[in-house]
Formats: sequence, C-alpha cells, structure tokens
Amino acid sequence: MKYIDEFRNKNLLYKVLNKIKKITPKEGISLMEVCGTHTQSFLRFGLNKLLPSNIKLISGPGCPVCVSPQGYIDAGIELSQNKENVILTFGDMLRVPGSKSTLEKERARQANISIVYSPLDSINIAKRNPHKKIIFLAVGFETTAPTIALSILAAKKDNLKNVFFFSALKLIPAAMNYLVKDKKLNLDGFLCPGHVSTIIGTKPYEFIPKKYKIGCCIAGFEPLDILEGIYFLIRQMVEKKPALANQYVRAVKHNGNLKAKGIISKVFKVSDADWRGLGKIPQSGLKIKDGYSQFDAQNLFSIKRANEQTSKRATQCKCGDVLKGLISPLECPLFLKICHPDNPLGPCMVSSEGACNAYYKYH
Amino acid sequence: MKIKRINDEFAEVEAGRLKHTVNIQMLPSVKTGDYVLVHAGFAIQIVDPTGAKETLKLIDEIH
Repeated sequence: MKYIDEFRNKNLLYKVLNKIKKITPKEGISLMEVCGTHTQSFLRFGLNKLLPSNIKLISGPGCPVCVSPQGYIDAGIELSQNKENVILTFGDMLRVPGSKSTLEKERARQANISIVYSPLDSINIAKRNPHKKIIFLAVGFETTAPTIALSILAAKKDNLKNVFFFSALKLIPAAMNYLVKDKKLNLDGFLCPGHVSTIIGTKPYEFIPKKYKIGCCIAGFEPLDILEGIYFLIRQMVEKKPALANQYVRAVKHNGNLKAKGIISKVFKVSDADWRGLGKIPQSGLKIKDGYSQFDAQNLFSIKRANEQTSKRATQCKCGDVLKGLISPLECPLFLKICHPDNPLGPCMVSSEGACNAYYKYH
Repeated sequence: MKIKRINDEFAEVEAGRLKHTVNIQMLPSVKTGDYVLVHAGFAIQIVDPTGAKETLKLIDEIH
C-alpha cells in the first residue's frame, strides 16, 4: 500500500459516484471545501464534471497566502527595505500584490528576500549571517503553526539573537464559525481540511453540527477521499442527521497530534486576526507568547498593519468575495481578462492553493 | 513519504525518486518503514495502514 493509487481506483470512484447520484435530492446543494488543496484536487481530477450538476462545491478560505491581508505584504516589503534585514518566505508569497509592490519586485530591486522550503532553514541562515536580521514570514494554518513553533524553540535553544518570525498564523475552525453564519452562503455542509485536522483532530469542528445543524466531513485529498466525503455530507443532509464524520482516518485521529498541539500552545497564544476578504475574526490567529517575544518581528519592528479598508481601495480584485465563497473565480470580472498567473492581481491567482489559480489550471 | 533512516531529530524520507531530510520531533513514535505526511520540512503525522485499509473496505462494502 502506497496510499495514492488505491485512492484513485476507477472502479471504486464510479461506485461512489453512482451512490451519490442515487441519493442526491433535486434541489441545489452548497458544500464548502475549506481547504485550497481540496479545490486543486477537485478540479485536477475533474470531479466537478462527474458530480450531479445541482451539487455546488464552493471554495473556502483555506489558502494561507490568500487570506493574509494586503497590509501584511506591505509590512513584509517595508522590512525588506532595511539593508540589515533578510526576508525569508514560502515561495507563493513572493508574487502576492501588496498595495504598491510585491516581494518579487523588491527582490529584483536588490532587497534581500529568499525563498525557503522550511521555517527551520531560518535557523541555519541566521547562524551563517550573524550580522543580519533574519525575518521569516510565518504564514499558514494549524498545519504550519507547529513547524514555526519548533523553529522558535530551536532559535531559543541555540540562543540566537538575529532571527525573527512575523506571525500571520490563522485558525481554521474560527473562520468556519464566521462563514457558517453568513446567510448569503447558506451552506449545507463543510468538507473539512485533511492536513489541518491531522494536527487539531476532530473535536474543534464538533460545534458546527451541534450548534448550526450543518454536516462536516474531514476528508483526504485523493479523488476517492473527496467523493466519499461528499457522499457522507449528502447522506447526512438527506437523513437530516448533521454530524461530524472523519473520512480521513488513516491520518486524522480524534485528538489530532498531541505533541504538535502542545508545541503550539507552548509558543503561541490565540488572538484576533485580520483575514483578507473576511475582516477581523475574533480568536482566529496565533501570536507569539511573551516568553518568546525576542523572536517576534511584530514587537521588534513595531509594524503597523494596513486595515482592510486600505486594501479594498487599492485594488479591484475580488479575492475577498472568492475567499468568502460569495462568487466563483469565473464570476470575477478580472478573471483571465487581466488577471492570470503571469499577471496576478490578487493572491487567489498566485498561490497553488488559491481558487482562481486552480480554476485557471483545470477548469 | 516513507521513512528510510532515522538520525536523532531528523529522518531521511523518500517517495519514488524524491528524497528529503525531514524533522520528526512532532512524531515521537515514528519508526523506519512508516509512511508519513510531510509539511514544510517536518513529518506531521504517521499514515495508519489499518485506517487506510478500513476506509477502502468500507467504500467497497457500502456502495
């Protein structure tokens, strides 16, 4: 078993599809896939063309780069202007437009900006460059949070004075709590993110079926996983028994990854956070705890983040509405006309987890 | 990716011809031969073969 081919088995795929077709009622059904990797898989494997046309899959806010507010990019760019600083980032942040520039353009203008694969790379770079301030743009959800926390702990262990983390880490269940209340969306179910759930487990989603009577299913990323997840959600709808289902049992345990959760709470505290398109959501972000504030870029550089209003004035991009699930990328007036991966006007077209990028590639 | 060799806090992993070194601090019980999910240079969870087989069996049976 290598956990890929088995979950792309054509016979099983058609079996599940037929069952979905059999139980799906005639009225329109709106399901949100919260995670950007689900959006990519769904379109890449052409599942949108196989499902009954009244099942609408809405892309959610599960692309970390996409939900980082424009002010965060601007702050990163501001930091890059200081010759003492070296900015480290995941690759997909590079081309996200700030209000005036991008990290990629600033790099072309000689700013010291590098792409790294892991936040742990910042430790070695800091050791090799003792006279530079190394700043990691810490963007991500619960999956990335323990990797940043472990890097901070490594910096503390090595007594490094020149490495800093600029946290824009966010929490998915808090965003789902915000979206489930949106009457315009009128969701019938959530396909919950697989990798986030490997860390947080199943419990943090339980309030959704209990409080809002909407089904949730944690699913993996292979086509069979996604179809099975959709089947569970529709069955819950038909039987009027909303619940939390876990389709991804091979990777998601009820309690998640206890070690990772412990590491997160050791280094971070939960705080309010700004989401692009969604605005400020209470208790939806992670800030570095006071005990580790020597590694917090926010405290040391006293960065003032631009507010959402500034971001909205600066662009006609509809990423905010796409992230909220209010429009599909195809409904954005800029999509493919002037906004495409070579000239992205918003983060949803830049990141491989962005809905617009997925629609451009596969739709 | 499959764990090939463990060296303290790190492990060599591979998937086909792709080889990487990842941090395994988040998985205290990981051992050689396990399949793991990798994110940003860290192994974040062990893939459970029993769970995988159960899912496939369930799909085959209920549909």
